[in-house]
Amino acid sequence: MKSMNLTLKIWRQANAQAKGEMKTYSLSGINDHMSFLEMLDVLNEDLVKKGEEPVAFDHDCREGICGACSLVINGRPHGPLQTTTCQLHMRSFKDGDTIYIEPWRAKAFPVMKDLIVDRSAFDRIQQAGGYVSVNTGSAPDANEIPIGKQIADEAFNSATCIGCGACVAACKNASAMLFVGAKLSQYAMLPQGQVERKRRAEAMVAQMDKEGFGACTNTGACSAECPKEISMANIAMMNREFLTAKFTGEA
Amino acid sequence: MTLDSKIPAGPLEEKWANHKFSLKLVNPANKRKYDIIVVGTGLAGASAAASLAELGYNVKAFTFHDSPRRAHSIAAQGGINAAKNYQNDGDSVFRLFYDTIKGGDYRAREANVYRLAQVSVDIIDQCVAQGVPFAREYGGLLSNRSFGGAQVSRTFYARGQTGQQLLLGAYSAMNRQIAAGKVKLYTRTEMLDLVVVDGKARGIITRNLVTGAIESHSAHAVLLCTGGYGNVFYLSTNAMACNTTAAWRAHRRGALFGNPCFTQIHPTCIPVSGDYQSKLTLMSESLRNDGRVWVPKKANDSRSPEDIPEDERDYFLERKYPSFGNLVPRDVASRNAKYVCDEGRGVGATKLAVYLDFADAIKRDSEPVIRARYGNLFDMYQQITGENPYKTPMRIYPAVHYTMGGLWVDYNLMTTVPGCYALGEANFSDHGANRLGASALMQGLADGYFVIPYTIGDYLAGIGSEKVGTDRPEFTTAMQEAKDRIARLLSMKGTKTVDELHRELGLTMWDYCGMSRSGEGLTKARDIIKNIKNEFETNVRLMGTNEEMNQTLEKALRLADFIELGSLMVEDALRRNESCGGHFREEYQTPDGEALRDDNQFAYVAAWEYKGDNQPEELHKESLAFENVKLTQRSYK
Repeated sequence: MKSMNLTLKIWRQANAQAKGEMKTYSLSGINDHMSFLEMLDVLNEDLVKKGEEPVAFDHDCREGICGACSLVINGRPHGPLQTTTCQLHMRSFKDGDTIYIEPWRAKAFPVMKDLIVDRSAFDRIQQAGGYVSVNTGSAPDANEIPIGKQIADEAFNSATCIGCGACVAACKNASAMLFVGAKLSQYAMLPQGQVERKRRAEAMVAQMDKEGFGACTNTGACSAECPKEISMANIAMMNREFLTAKFTGEA
Repeated sequence: MTLDSKIPAGPLEEKWANHKFSLKLVNPANKRKYDIIVVGTGLAGASAAASLAELGYNVKAFTFHDSPRRAHSIAAQGGINAAKNYQNDGDSVFRLFYDTIKGGDYRAREANVYRLAQVSVDIIDQCVAQGVPFAREYGGLLSNRSFGGAQVSRTFYARGQTGQQLLLGAYSAMNRQIAAGKVKLYTRTEMLDLVVVDGKARGIITRNLVTGAIESHSAHAVLLCTGGYGNVFYLSTNAMACNTTAAWRAHRRGALFGNPCFTQIHPTCIPVSGDYQSKLTLMSESLRNDGRVWVPKKANDSRSPEDIPEDERDYFLERKYPSFGNLVPRDVASRNAKYVCDEGRGVGATKLAVYLDFADAIKRDSEPVIRARYGNLFDMYQQITGENPYKTPMRIYPAVHYTMGGLWVDYNLMTTVPGCYALGEANFSDHGANRLGASALMQGLADGYFVIPYTIGDYLAGIGSEKVGTDRPEFTTAMQEAKDRIARLLSMKGTKTVDELHRELGLTMWDYCGMSRSGEGLTKARDIIKNIKNEFETNVRLMGTNEEMNQTLEKALRLADFIELGSLMVEDALRRNESCGGHFREEYQTPDGEALRDDNQFAYVAAWEYKGDNQPEELHKESLAFENVKLTQRSYK
């Protein structure tokens, strides 16, 4: 077990209206087995003991699946590894390091406090069409919908998105196309998604634009930073879905 | 107070069908006159909100997360059981019912469990129709596996993230109703109290976690779908924000709490590495299919595992349970790991761990085969511990995982407060003293999709559609009480942090009300918790104000309720003078150290009634009748 001393530069902002700034904190005796968020817990305990405001950040499951944790660490969403921040451990850093910690930066994700941003735009995109319209009780027997293993696996790869927003934070244009593409692709590949396929593509893309997300840069930063390794192919599929809907859709 | 479980008459197989027919209905045109509050948006909450909105009710759904998709149901790994019998291997509704009752060590209600097994098949249909990508065979049909020692393959799964895929299905169904205007969603909003008007649940008090605004909401019924209380132990596999506040506040308003001491400890978790630890990570139980559990024979052996020769190792599960070996049920595996650590034979820096060794499996099947089977789990282990489990044995230790106890509910899922329901892990109803693997997801979705849409209509039809305004004194008083609680906490300016006190509570619960309990230890815990409560009420230190985002305040409000619940768990464990399922009382064991049930005295649900601040709670008993299964002693020798 190694002990390290760190300098932290953290974005502090009292609320959505306030002006924020980077503040410097020194932290000693950090052990390399700690997770990154546990390191922040230690900082916050120290701050409360000293009578200072702890740093607010979103987090919950701490096992890499809920998508709540965020943080741009040294300029990269979720830090140096392709994981969620909660799965990043201090052994990825060295004694004496200076670590910059900032919130997701995107117009559609306004900062609410310190490192917490408002990602409700993602929910509104899902509400616009991210579902199959099937009331409880009206489903046929599950095995009446056979789906080839390869298609099922592909759809699953798209469905693993945890909605954390790292793709948006990584993109120079703050594009949400990887997120939206993943959901559209999942349904487009499955037989259950066919009936509403065109309407879904149009509605989700329209909502995405309305929320103020930018256009795709084609640089692939989103996929490179995605903790669930969602592929760029989802964006290509989304474009195809959208164009097909535009040219052949009902509306 | 007499507890009426409202179990319908008639043969087990016909109870639910008969009951559905006898329930009153709300006319389709009248449903829009009723408002229903759903607190929590995990599997139970999201499925209930969507299904009730589809029927035409107006739903208000609340979550303390930034999005409903973050609810902790998302973290479930293994799968979901259903009695589909797609594998032609002898499964049936009755077998799933039987396994669940037996697995729960005969402390669950037969009628509820049978209904759960019946509707399990509909859940799979519903989820597939929503587009949930379950694992499939090459022919395109659904794949199943055997899980948690079950003798049939009835578990449906979606790689290691069945919880996320099922939750996203329920979330999508709820999203559709939000778009349709039938569900109004409140995010970053936490319930602080239940409001009871004229003896009926009529609303809730909430805190807006962004602005701090304390608000009231009225409705015709309130559904608590707020999960379990494992975080009373501070360290558990639960997410950081999982809490008991909604359930506990309802308890304080008259809802009885059922079997609070029934908690499940999962044997295969990554051990604690230091005081800073915030959370414990579960490693799937499937690892025990190939891993061998051992510790050194000698106490305080500090050699590295590679240097300990075969004849100086103790494969204690294989030694004590030759027929089940490493695959004994969760409670047995956990307890035995504790015993060897108590003897000083634990491993790793903290000596609170045992080895789970894959060397023999790798020798037998080759590394690529083991990698194909468990690759993602081995990677996760390496990411967290920095050790390579292909080269050196994993270290594992038990951790709190699930709480079988919860709000007491009748067959309709209604608590003892009329109009207040509890669904999913928040209620006590289906798992008895021990839950089987892949049954939590099944129960959450059964309650939300297929039980509450039927049973709530009966209640609503009976009370009429007249609304109650939030200007009633019951609302304003509850609101003021919540504000006073917050003001008191913020003004204290003591010296201890919320986390420090929570850690003390957790450690006490773990030591005295965890894997094994004794009358002596529990009595000690009673006093320690009293001191923690006193410390919390006089010496806690919070920062900031109510009128802002304040995560320390959120934690403090939750801890206040955990402390009270902790002391009730201790009382419940003290009163249950037997060992059953996850509840192991050291005084009650067979000569060879196994759990000794006492069906004559304790085949009942312990339902506790709140009697006021610092007053002892009153125990009510619902006796359990077993008409369809024969009670047997579990044996894994």
